Amino acid sequence: MNSRIFPLLGFALLIVLLVVGLKIADRKTNLPSPLIDKPVPAFDLPVLASPGQRMSKDSLIGKPYLVNFWGSWCVTCRAEHPVVTELAKLKAVYIVGMNFRDESSDAIAWLQRWGNPYDVSLIDFDGRVSIDFGVYAAPETFLVDAAGTIVFKHLGQLTWEVVETEILPRIANMESGN
Amino acid sequence: MKLNKIFILVLTLTLSVSVFAQRSPVQEPMVFETQQQEARFNQLTQELRCLVCQNQNLADSDAQLAHDLRAEVHEMLIAGKTDDEIKQFMVERYGDFVLYRPPVQENTYLLWLAPLVLLLIGAVILRVNIKKRAALLASSPDEETED
Repeated sequence: MNSRIFPLLGFALLIVLLVVGLKIADRKTNLPSPLIDKPVPAFDLPVLASPGQRMSKDSLIGKPYLVNFWGSWCVTCRAEHPVVTELAKLKAVYIVGMNFRDESSDAIAWLQRWGNPYDVSLIDFDGRVSIDFGVYAAPETFLVDAAGTIVFKHLGQLTWEVVETEILPRIANMESGN
Repeated sequence: MKLNKIFILVLTLTLSVSVFAQRSPVQEPMVFETQQQEARFNQLTQELRCLVCQNQNLADSDAQLAHDLRAEVHEMLIAGKTDDEIKQFMVERYGDFVLYRPPVQENTYLLWLAPLVLLLIGAVILRVNIKKRAALLASSPDEETED
């Protein structure tokens, strides 16, 4: 009598584990980045607007900035473009556009067509820097503090909600900390 | 007899179609200095996850990122990096999730030890049952003679 209930309990436990497993299976949205609280990966890239000029990680140290990986080939980048534009209007943070795996002529045409929200865009033509940032889906956005540490990462399309709840408070925090 | 032949024909056709439908592994030609390097490359790309199509490994995936990461692995191999160094490179950028074989560490103890624990529980249950049955047999000698 008693021993009959054990297999049933075991089965019920399996079902519970299955449901829990399915719930947390969608890792794409909550995959933690190992780069949070780590220094920004080194980069030294040509500037999209004037390719003779270069910009490196070191030249950005001293002020917080946002790194937004984008490409003219990326549909979601187009979708998040208005949000980046709104954020740029606030002038709350310096915005670096990382134009990766893209043709510069396409990138320039894209910015001319939709507007350029970036303070500067850098050319990561072969995507090497994007690999160092652990980028695997475009767009991805990183918030870096004045010391050059990554404090926040957003995967996928930036929404105004994320800007308001995650990005702006952190920038405010940094400024009050200074 | 005839039906049998038709059956075999249909079966052969169905199977061969699935062979054609199967994609040959997409690999850009890569040059290795030694066969051992090539074997390590194959092993590593089997064990590393493609982050874009998360249920495929780097060897199987045709995503742009997988191409780039395969090239990265290849370059590091040629440069003389060890397997651990290459995996470390991936983990630093993409997290433990990139490894198909999770490392034994604090948050994976449950994963690695659970089978052992379950085995132990099973052994205890088995032992209790055997003892119970033995006691039952000992207390009723009539049954024993029946056998």
